Amino acid sequence: MQNETITNIWRFIALVFLQVFLLNNINLVGYINPYIYILFILLFPLDGNKGLLILLSFLLGLSVDIFEDSGGVQAAACVFIAYIRPWVLKYSFGVSYEYNSVKLHKAAPMERFTYLASMVFLHHFVMFILEIFSFNHISLLLKSTLFSGIFTLLLIYGTLILFTKKTT
Amino acid sequence: MQQIIYFFIRNKNFLLFAFLFIVSVLLTIQTHNYHNDKFLSSANSVTGGIYRFKHNLTDYFSLGRENKNLLEENLQLRQELEAYEGLLPEPPLDSLMEPKFEYLSATVINNNYSKTKNQLTLDKGRKDSLKIDMGVVSNKGLIGIISDVSKNYATVQSILNTKSRINAKLKKSSHFGTLIWDTKAPNVVQLIDIPRLANLKKGDTIITGGRSTIFPEGILIGTIKDFHPDKDDNYYYVNVNLFNDMTGLQYVYLIKNNHAEEILNLEKKADDAK
Repeated sequence: MQNETITNIWRFIALVFLQVFLLNNINLVGYINPYIYILFILLFPLDGNKGLLILLSFLLGLSVDIFEDSGGVQAAACVFIAYIRPWVLKYSFGVSYEYNSVKLHKAAPMERFTYLASMVFLHHFVMFILEIFSFNHISLLLKSTLFSGIFTLLLIYGTLILFTKKTT
Repeated sequence: MQQIIYFFIRNKNFLLFAFLFIVSVLLTIQTHNYHNDKFLSSANSVTGGIYRFKHNLTDYFSLGRENKNLLEENLQLRQELEAYEGLLPEPPLDSLMEPKFEYLSATVINNNYSKTKNQLTLDKGRKDSLKIDMGVVSNKGLIGIISDVSKNYATVQSILNTKSRINAKLKKSSHFGTLIWDTKAPNVVQLIDIPRLANLKKGDTIITGGRSTIFPEGILIGTIKDFHPDKDDNYYYVNVNLFNDMTGLQYVYLIKNNHAEEILNLEKKADDAK
């Protein structure tokens, strides 16, 4: 338990810095940036305290926001996915989630993909709605959500492959 | 009473979520109003300090390009100086007067251009006599307006920002318009409200209009890329190619208008009298 707390603290700090210094500067074809710092929310212990996760997500989003000068855009999106995470988990993993028997790196590939993709796209959608904040740019909104979402998802898969402990 | 307490306990996660979500949305809305960027901006000492540290590390990679830019600017200034040389024997009449515009310099320590509301962070602040509403330019042209200052840092609302509205005009015919950004490309901005009477050509130069207290007249902005009539047919909608490469800014100049206060006071008095 102690170990897991420390892992989470390190993950929080490392992801914020990675996001702010490296990933926010990618700007692929002009506007596509991956937002993999939400990996913290995705990987938060599945049986962890829900209230705590919401609070931590707010702080996580806000720290990225302060660096980006984007008000509360990231914070809002993070709080949103942190709050709906239990429902997304139930929807993706079905009954096995209810018995706390799900391990993310051991889950069936399809179920894991549903979970990761739903969370990433929901986050990006809320974030871009708030960032763009205008009905005149709906195509920009959908385009940004789609492309940034795909980019984020690819990087999240890459990170998961890199950092999964081999338990053989 | 017990019911209420039970209600709170049962829905504590939802209430926490709702509260934090509303707080973040309020923070977002607040940044949509120009001049209200004061709360939580990257001009605070912690993030400013971290950005400066990062800038110190990455500064060296662009030194070659920056040297070239400075060299170009030196050359340009030298040529301008040459033109004035002949006038020197006569002492300027107002040499004792305070100049109307003064220039300060600063380094960009953070720059974004891929969002719809882009900001820059500079490494100078109130301590170096920077103020809100000062204009920011580079040797190639317009960059933006200071939107927030802290003791050591300042944030700039870039012209690549949907909130940005800057008075601009055609260099050759002095027709005025407003410079906006449609978020599509970081090197193209839009000039609207140019009357149809104006005679436009591709490649015409656009400069600042000098109708505000922020920028002096004649700062370079860009050249006309293409244009078409706006929705109501009385005005043109002009796409402008920027002279500046907004994606690679390093050193900038700040413009201080020594007469701004006087002009604004006078205008305020005239408004009050109405």
